[in-house]
Amino acid sequence: MTEIKVPVVRNILQANERIAAENRRRFDEAGIFVVNLMSSPGAGKTSLLEKTIDALAGRIGIAVIEGDLQSSYDAERIQKKGVQAVQINTDGGCHLDGNMIQIALDSLDLSEVDLLIIENVGNLVCPAEFNLGEHEKIMILSVAEGDDKPIKYPLMFQICSVLLVNKIDLLPYTDCDMSKIRERVAQLNARGKIFEISCRTGEGFAPWLSWIEEKVGEHRTTRARNDSAHPAADKHCQ
Amino acid sequence: MHELAIAESLLEIIVDESKRHGLERINKVRLQIGKFAAVVPESLTFCFELVSRDTVASGALIEIENVGITARCDQCNFSFEVQDQVFLCPRCGEPALELLSGRELSVMSIEGETAEEG
Repeated sequence: MTEIKVPVVRNILQANERIAAENRRRFDEAGIFVVNLMSSPGAGKTSLLEKTIDALAGRIGIAVIEGDLQSSYDAERIQKKGVQAVQINTDGGCHLDGNMIQIALDSLDLSEVDLLIIENVGNLVCPAEFNLGEHEKIMILSVAEGDDKPIKYPLMFQICSVLLVNKIDLLPYTDCDMSKIRERVAQLNARGKIFEISCRTGEGFAPWLSWIEEKVGEHRTTRARNDSAHPAADKHCQ
Repeated sequence: MHELAIAESLLEIIVDESKRHGLERINKVRLQIGKFAAVVPESLTFCFELVSRDTVASGALIEIENVGITARCDQCNFSFEVQDQVFLCPRCGEPALELLSGRELSVMSIEGETAEEG
């Protein structure tokens, strides 16, 4: 018996990173803009999706992957809007990972999709550590949760490029101070965008929708470029 | 709670490295965990104890080195240790969003016993 020490230096999450990179390649080849939507439970992720789909359906092809511990309640809500939705049940798992997304993708027809929204499990901690292959991480904070959340869950606020502050119609009934949210987020993530919205009243949706449309446009351009770089096979046959 | 998933990934890496280097028993695993990683070291150690039962790494000591949060200023390139989660340059006040360290979640080394006589 010999005792030896082996230098390893491997990222513990490398298996997930590899699958996330495969997902990302697939999204880019298809020219699909993909967001990973995160928040605590009840902040309004599914309501945001419903409102966003109502506003953009017809102009943009949308698909949704829903992550929840149990039930297909959310996917059914989204399917009622006439868009493709696939439900992942994590059976107690607190976050989605790259592999779950890879499997879910097989249930979606991506040919007409411009925007794929992945609704993560409601949780401000764990989903922050697992890349799914998305282009942007987006989070929702509802005002009823309080303006101290950026201090308590800094990683989530630091890594998200967009923060949607939802339920602003409730501001008069809470002690939440919007200027404190802005100040705290500015320290963590000065380049992050903040949209103040109410899914209930529709207030503040226009800038959010413009941002999404702009991003979808950029990724469509990539697809057009890919298509012209690799002309369809039938053109070669002519 | 996701420490369980992380412990499982950690075990996979350890089993893989053990096979590669002919280790029959792992005594010690050294990890680096950034202070900005959403991981509770005690929770990870506990989860690892559970998932490593009856494996080559059963009973192994997990040694964790915490890594501080450092960032670099986008404007003036100054590198500094982030205090109180403020990612703004202490020199020029501009956003410092390039994280140099703090999110590590790495296996650095494993120590164990090979089968051959030494």
